[in-house]
Amino acid sequence: MDLISGEKLEKMTSMEKIRLILDKVKNGKIVVLESGLTSDEEVRLIEMTMTEIRVDEFSGIEIESYPSKKGGSFLDRIFGRSLKGRMTVIGPANQIRTIEKDKYQISTKVSVGD
Amino acid sequence: MGIFSSLKESLGSWINRIFKKKRAKIGLYGPPNAGKTTLANRILHDWSGDESFGEASPIPHETRRAMRKEGVVINANGSSIELDIVDTPGMATKVDFKEFMAFGLSEGESKKRAKEATEGVIEAIKWLDDLDGVLLVMDSTEDPYTQVNVVVIGNMEARKLPLLIVANKMDLPDASPARIKAAFPQHAMVPISALEGSNIDNLYQAIAAHFG
Repeated sequence: MDLISGEKLEKMTSMEKIRLILDKVKNGKIVVLESGLTSDEEVRLIEMTMTEIRVDEFSGIEIESYPSKKGGSFLDRIFGRSLKGRMTVIGPANQIRTIEKDKYQISTKVSVGD
Repeated sequence: MGIFSSLKESLGSWINRIFKKKRAKIGLYGPPNAGKTTLANRILHDWSGDESFGEASPIPHETRRAMRKEGVVINANGSSIELDIVDTPGMATKVDFKEFMAFGLSEGESKKRAKEATEGVIEAIKWLDDLDGVLLVMDSTEDPYTQVNVVVIGNMEARKLPLLIVANKMDLPDASPARIKAAFPQHAMVPISALEGSNIDNLYQAIAAHFG
């Protein structure tokens, strides 16, 4: 499992983040992003995942996060800064399964090995 | 050329505003099997005669190509709105052909369906760039905190586009539209049964109010 700091994510472009996540997940790793992705990055991640699905090799990802915080600071709103994502867990669809998710907690089951 | 077409668009939108002609291109989004095509067919049946978008099926990813119908006029709340409706393929983060084999499809059919389903998800995502609003269809018997729901809602909020949540399948015993409302309290939600047509007039009123 790889935990990636918000500081590292901030320095990366959207495409770099998506590539990093997909490469790790396709190698069987579970990735935890401290600061998550923006909603646009999440949608691009899903799009890219779909192009990389291969029968018997990679069936996609399981991704869990909370909705973005609404509002933001006054300055964020003035300068039109997009809403930031929140902590996100991403893993191979055949290894990670969400058991329960509510407003405050995500419970997942992880299968290790074949 | 660009300036002329942009002027033409501005003039068109100005004329529309003057004469209060309401028109919107809305997409039906949601996870597979939430009832998007059943709802799309219901809307067309109620407002455009007997046309239909396509077949609904219990097998996930039955809709694998986006379908669009133009000029569907809905009258509600004493006003009317003309909609271009786009029924999109179910959004998902994974597609496993074995899931289709469990419904009795052959391995070959299942693999073909899986390939088309991934293309359908991409098509649904592309359509997000070209819409005025979204009807997010959720299955009221299922957990509403799916990533597909979170992503679609986050995307509409970031684009500042209107979103109306449709809590479908309210006719089923396990349905809990209240759970959906509690999960996304910041958005309007209408519980319906697209299959039986229950509460559908309230949905049309909400559509007129929301997208008009």
